[in-house]
Amino acid sequence: MASVTDTQGGHKIKKRRRHYSPAQILVSFLKYLVLIIGCIMVFLPMVVIILGAFKEHKEFLSTGVFELPEKLYLGNFKEAFYKGDVSLGLKNTFIILIVSCIGTILTGTMTAFVVQRFDSLLSRTVKAAFLVATLLPNISMQVTVFQIVDKIGVYDSLWAPIILYVGTDIISIYIFIQFLSQISTSLDESAIVDGASYPRIYFSIILPLLRPAIATVLIIKMVGIYNDFYTANLYMPSNDLPVISTALYRFIGPYGAKWEIIMAGIIIAILPTLIIFLCLQKYIYSGLVSGSVKE
Amino acid sequence: MQKKKRSFWQWLKTYEGQKILTTILFLLVPVTCLILFTVIPAGNMVLFSFQERDRYGLDAKWVGLENYKTVFSNPDYFMTFKNSIYYLIGSFAQQALALLLASILCSKIKLRNFFKGVLFFPYMMNGVAVSLIFMRFFALGDGIVTQTGTVNTILQQLGMDPVKFLSDPSIANYCLVFISIWRYIGFDIVMYIGAIQSISSDIYEAADLDGANGWQRFRYIVFPSIKPIISLQLILAIKGAVSVFEIPYIITEGKFGTSTFVIKTHETGMVFQKVGLASAMAVVLLIIIIIVTLIQKHFFKESDEDKPSKKKKAQNGEVA
Repeated sequence: MASVTDTQGGHKIKKRRRHYSPAQILVSFLKYLVLIIGCIMVFLPMVVIILGAFKEHKEFLSTGVFELPEKLYLGNFKEAFYKGDVSLGLKNTFIILIVSCIGTILTGTMTAFVVQRFDSLLSRTVKAAFLVATLLPNISMQVTVFQIVDKIGVYDSLWAPIILYVGTDIISIYIFIQFLSQISTSLDESAIVDGASYPRIYFSIILPLLRPAIATVLIIKMVGIYNDFYTANLYMPSNDLPVISTALYRFIGPYGAKWEIIMAGIIIAILPTLIIFLCLQKYIYSGLVSGSVKE
Repeated sequence: MQKKKRSFWQWLKTYEGQKILTTILFLLVPVTCLILFTVIPAGNMVLFSFQERDRYGLDAKWVGLENYKTVFSNPDYFMTFKNSIYYLIGSFAQQALALLLASILCSKIKLRNFFKGVLFFPYMMNGVAVSLIFMRFFALGDGIVTQTGTVNTILQQLGMDPVKFLSDPSIANYCLVFISIWRYIGFDIVMYIGAIQSISSDIYEAADLDGANGWQRFRYIVFPSIKPIISLQLILAIKGAVSVFEIPYIITEGKFGTSTFVIKTHETGMVFQKVGLASAMAVVLLIIIIIVTLIQKHFFKESDEDKPSKKKKAQNGEVA
């Protein structure tokens, strides 16, 4: 990445030393024009939400969408957060997020360790089974998964999404297997010579070595769970069990005539994502993109 | 007794025994989950698709291929695939646009990271939040309890009549496809940027010595190098297009001719409790996706290490 940027920097200098032809000026004008139009397209729908969220109800109805609020009114945020269950939704989402992430990392790395390091009939069969399972699209399975979830008695509880996030995450297992296959076995072998047991090798050698893969999985998982609507909507229909997505979804009915409160809810829901994105931008790009490098 | 026990413990301490014990312990949870949430549901799905049954499977009865006949002959069901075509064409446009933006972002540009970040961020946003934002964006408003939306405000200021974007069957699908592009294009941009930047800088330097201009560089260097990724993306667009769910489900609830096959399956199985019919629909979708996946695997076998795919994206966006 660095080398390419350097080269491009080099072009910049060369071209600057040359003269700017009208065609070049036109091309770079068009480039910025396209980018700026792109940014306007991204911002335009959101600006209206931000402006509206700070308006009182009467003001909201009487002013145009692009008009600035008279003052920074925060009542909508309070109502969305407490009455609209966004606070409860955030709490539930974070509980699910933490438990599922820990669960996925443990089961995923353990599976990868056994499947990748041991060459037994069982481990080969399991690997093949997971490979076939990647073919099955999650979305079309829910009709029958629903009945299993119902039967094992976790329907309408926080456990339903947690179990599904941990138990059906075959992609994470694949990321771990792929990463582990690039780590040489010499470290494991020398540990065996020193008399370390397999669980010990897993905990003190494999798990630390997998850190970059764990980071990738964590990013994919966190973004995926925080934004997932389908699972919670299907498996946690109770009003007192919202996650952030369903809390927001349930705004549509009761607040249909009070959009300023929905807007405040939208902003609260997006804020954690924005903060994480700004802090971890670089890792998120590589995590989400490399995470999709699969199959 | 005592002796036997000790020898078992001794056996466990050998690497042979350890290996088996570790395999069983470590795989217990994942394999149980795989069986419970993937193997059994997949088997049930095929089984149920030949039955007529409700949500709880009380008084299930065999109906043979009846459910499949309904899926293919009743226009209510199969015709929802027609809407996939909108999304498919939309995602072709999305790829072209993403490629354009990615190439611009790879050239000498100020504020590159800012532009990249802004264009990418919608992909990170909560799907419900995105849907709500666009309900407002395209809203008509009645001037009494609901305010006029963004686009209609602009139209009115330009002296045009407001449009029922989301409830007019002739345009609702275009709006939904627009939202889908808005949401997912950032991912493609970042992916194409990665692909373009992985091209060795030597090639650029050589081209520069030969006096190649920007377009020639794109045409003869960038495009051929990332062509496999583009074709992969186009194939994967089919998968995405047949599994659209979230945005139309939240925004229009599948009304006004915007229903998709997955929304229809969900309705049939969960709301109308026709689990047999819904299973048949799920099997049809499954077969389509498996065919697409096999085609993709067949064509992109050699170097699957550096072929980003949209599968994760489709799952992220729609289910997982």
